[in-house]
Amino acid sequence: MLAAAIIVFREAIEAGLIIGIVMAVTRNVPGRSQWIVGGVVSGLAGAGLVAAFAGTLSNAVAGTGTELFNATVLGLAVCMLAWHNIWMARHGRKMATQLRAVGEAVVGGSRSLAALAIVVGIAVLREGSEVVLFLYGIAVSDGSGGLSLLAGGLLGLMLGGSLSLLTYLGLVQIPPRLIFGVTSALITFLAAGMASQCVSFLAQAGIVTALGNTAWNTSWLLSETSIPGKVFHTLFGYSEQPSFMQLIAYLATLAVIFTATRIVAPTPRPLPASAKPIARN
Amino acid sequence: MTSLLKFQRIRARWLIAALALGNAGPSAHAADPLIVHLTLKDHRFEPQEVKIPANQTFTIKIKNLDPTPEEFESQSLRVEKVIVGGSEGTLQIRPLNAGRYRFFGDYNESTAFGYLDVR
Repeated sequence: MLAAAIIVFREAIEAGLIIGIVMAVTRNVPGRSQWIVGGVVSGLAGAGLVAAFAGTLSNAVAGTGTELFNATVLGLAVCMLAWHNIWMARHGRKMATQLRAVGEAVVGGSRSLAALAIVVGIAVLREGSEVVLFLYGIAVSDGSGGLSLLAGGLLGLMLGGSLSLLTYLGLVQIPPRLIFGVTSALITFLAAGMASQCVSFLAQAGIVTALGNTAWNTSWLLSETSIPGKVFHTLFGYSEQPSFMQLIAYLATLAVIFTATRIVAPTPRPLPASAKPIARN
Repeated sequence: MTSLLKFQRIRARWLIAALALGNAGPSAHAADPLIVHLTLKDHRFEPQEVKIPANQTFTIKIKNLDPTPEEFESQSLRVEKVIVGGSEGTLQIRPLNAGRYRFFGDYNESTAFGYLDVR
């Protein structure tokens, strides 16, 4: 039972952390709950579909269907996260300082909410389909202990949910004048990690084969399959044995988001501590 | 219609001839695809250890004979792929340096694991 709980929890870590971060980022946007719940529910529905058609997906495009699918949704998530950060850099601060644009802020806020809801949906979809397949495996394998394994799986899911809550509660403790910067940085690192993972799937499909050598091996320091390793993998894109191409994708994503947010930012004045959060998302 | 067919047949013949020539040429070995076949039964990989040459791209084909799905995973090979029960999964692997590379089934890691012995 404990083994099943750990397996399911490990799969739930990524989605759990991402949901927590998105909840913190959008903490003051009206109507954010519907968006996040919508993201989770569509992610779950998608996870069920992907699990049900896992065989078909796997055989598609000469056996590279799963890889192409994963690379595509990860690429989409990277774009959504980048777009969110760039949009917030342009409008978030401006609207925080110019209260006249409140109506605009709500519209813009819901647009960037949609982007984040897609990211939540993708995280739930990717990890969720693996949980569904794992639990399905337990269900069809005969024999004793099936029920206790299912209970373990449930426990793992609950642990994943608590991780979401802990992440959220931790992040909202950050003083208001710092939280914009912290969550923006977190989202940038999330995007970079996903870009690196996207490249890894393209390599697995035999599409991106250049610079495939291992850049370093830190498996002795932090195993990627351990729970702390999984957390670092999600938050900062940690990989114990990345390829040079993954490293390039990671650094390029960081650089692009960092530069673009600097370019679009209207005035580099610091955000007043009293600024109202609606626009800051 | 028939002339078109004939043309295609001639073209096909040329193609075969060209391929045959290519195979006789010195670059023949480079086109030889290397495939490693693994099977999974009762949550165990067979063979559990595979010897393969270093510095050559290759394909791993895993036939899952169990009714349950398994996630084939390896950090050192940089792969992760779910293979549903009774199906086969294909993975492309980069040219590897000599060494021992561990792979495992994420859902049943206590029994489902093995090694690539690259030399």
